[in-house]
Amino acid sequence: MSRAGYNLKQAFSQMGRNKGMYFTSIMAITAMMLILGLFFVAFVNVNLFTKSIEKDYNVIQIYLKEGLTPEVTEAAGQSLQTTEGVEKVEYVTKDQALQTLRDRWGENGYLLENLPENPLPDSYTVYVTDKDAANNVATLAPGIEGVDDVVYYRDTIEKLAQVSSFIELGSIIAMAFLVIVSIIIVANTIKLTVFNREKEISIMKYLGATNWFVKAPFIWGGIIIGILSSVIATGLTYVIYKRVVGIIGGDILRILSVNLVPAEQLTLTLLASFLCLGIGIGVIGSAISIRKFLNV
Amino acid sequence: MIVFNNVTKRYGSNVGLINASVHINSGDFVFLVGPSGAGKTTFIRLILKEIEPDSGRIILAGKDITKIKKREVPKIRQKIGMVFQDFRLLEKKTVYENVAFAMEVLHKSKREIRERVPYVLDLVGIADKAKKYPDELSAGEQQRVGIARALVNKPRVLICDEPTGNLDPVTAMDIMELLEQINVRGTTVLMVTHAKDIVDKMNKRVVAIDHGQIVRDEEGSYGFVQQKEEEEDLYIPGFTTFLDPSELRAAQEQYNRRNESRSRTVVNHGPAAYDDSLVDTYLNGGEDVYE
Repeated sequence: MSRAGYNLKQAFSQMGRNKGMYFTSIMAITAMMLILGLFFVAFVNVNLFTKSIEKDYNVIQIYLKEGLTPEVTEAAGQSLQTTEGVEKVEYVTKDQALQTLRDRWGENGYLLENLPENPLPDSYTVYVTDKDAANNVATLAPGIEGVDDVVYYRDTIEKLAQVSSFIELGSIIAMAFLVIVSIIIVANTIKLTVFNREKEISIMKYLGATNWFVKAPFIWGGIIIGILSSVIATGLTYVIYKRVVGIIGGDILRILSVNLVPAEQLTLTLLASFLCLGIGIGVIGSAISIRKFLNV
Repeated sequence: MIVFNNVTKRYGSNVGLINASVHINSGDFVFLVGPSGAGKTTFIRLILKEIEPDSGRIILAGKDITKIKKREVPKIRQKIGMVFQDFRLLEKKTVYENVAFAMEVLHKSKREIRERVPYVLDLVGIADKAKKYPDELSAGEQQRVGIARALVNKPRVLICDEPTGNLDPVTAMDIMELLEQINVRGTTVLMVTHAKDIVDKMNKRVVAIDHGQIVRDEEGSYGFVQQKEEEEDLYIPGFTTFLDPSELRAAQEQYNRRNESRSRTVVNHGPAAYDDSLVDTYLNGGEDVYE
């Protein structure tokens, strides 16, 4: 048998001898990864949402009152056009607005078919150069004749950006804690395995086994814990997220013009990240134990 | 095979070995005797490179092991077979697996293992017990498994640490016969023991250690009681293992009184001159060239 094969066999056999401890540590690390996974999913989605409306940062919707004369409408457009910092002004009729909404809702667009009348107003879409110009337009626009409402996403975007960075910070802190705890759990499991095999190890030393030969099964043990935890945690995160997407994602969020990242797309990224994390935790945890308790 | 040249090892204020010089030739059968705490264990741990000497040189199979790197230690140990008083067998492995384990550890192929293990089990006389577990065997049989495991990788030297300590006298003599046979086949044997009757019966070279010093190195018997009668001027308290405690105390006091009045004479009957040129001869010209 090749050396790696022999070491791996040893790793599985010592796992069999310490089933309870290995099971406990895999469950604990899985739970931690699950928490991380949910943080990750939340972060990715909030980030996506923020990004998707961020590009509207320089866009202001000016809704016009019902039944304006073409002259008033035209004059309002002129006033907006001459406001400082305005790049472009586009007139959007209520019919165009309805069509845009229908396109955005996609397969749910049929919901708009049976409306008795178009509820959307005529509007101007104002493109501005920067944030200050946007503020300027938002302040001046309500004073222009014919203007009914000004919709401007700045506050929402800023709040979302805050939420996003809060989740990011939370994830980093949680990850740091969870990684440390996971490493300690792995180190303890491996420590018990080392104690269990003390006699065997001392015999191996006398027989002239190389240090790596003695150490390798323990490192493999840590890696196995990491891999199994990663796979289980990814599976659980996938199932939970898939359900969440199933319940709220498909319809409700689409009507709000928000998409959730598809579960399948996230799962691969998550699995890759968890595997790196899990193997890292396994190697570091077992290495700590070996250094401390295995005098080879 | 094994050369100790002025080796000193202290543990803080405690003495392990002081200026110990011994030369064990390839093919020798040597008893290492002495009371508890005399330095026997230190001697063996130094050979196994579990500890480092404070000074002096130790040559094993033509290689100065005081100068080798840590990662070379396993190579040194592969040249040594260890036999323990408590056998140290793995209870969950069969006799065959216990012996095969020693070869697996050194990455021997399955074919080599299949060929070699039955041969060695036959050599030590337990071929029919291959499938038994250690707790199904008598103490003597367990020690045979221990010896088979020590031999299976063809070591140059067999170090036996009180191998008969847990055995009844008859079984102990059987084991000694086995060790002698192994020695006759060319393996150097170094045996640590307290068993006076065995040492006397075997009539081999005896290296005696006391208080970290080699106090005697000659062919023959265990020594100390006869020595007390024959060499009145040298009384070594360590060799009173078989006296009762009151005699031991009296002997100790007598020794201390003498020691205060004159400097202690230690007679070394072994090869006397351990200068570096001799060591170099062993290193370079000897048959034991380290691969």
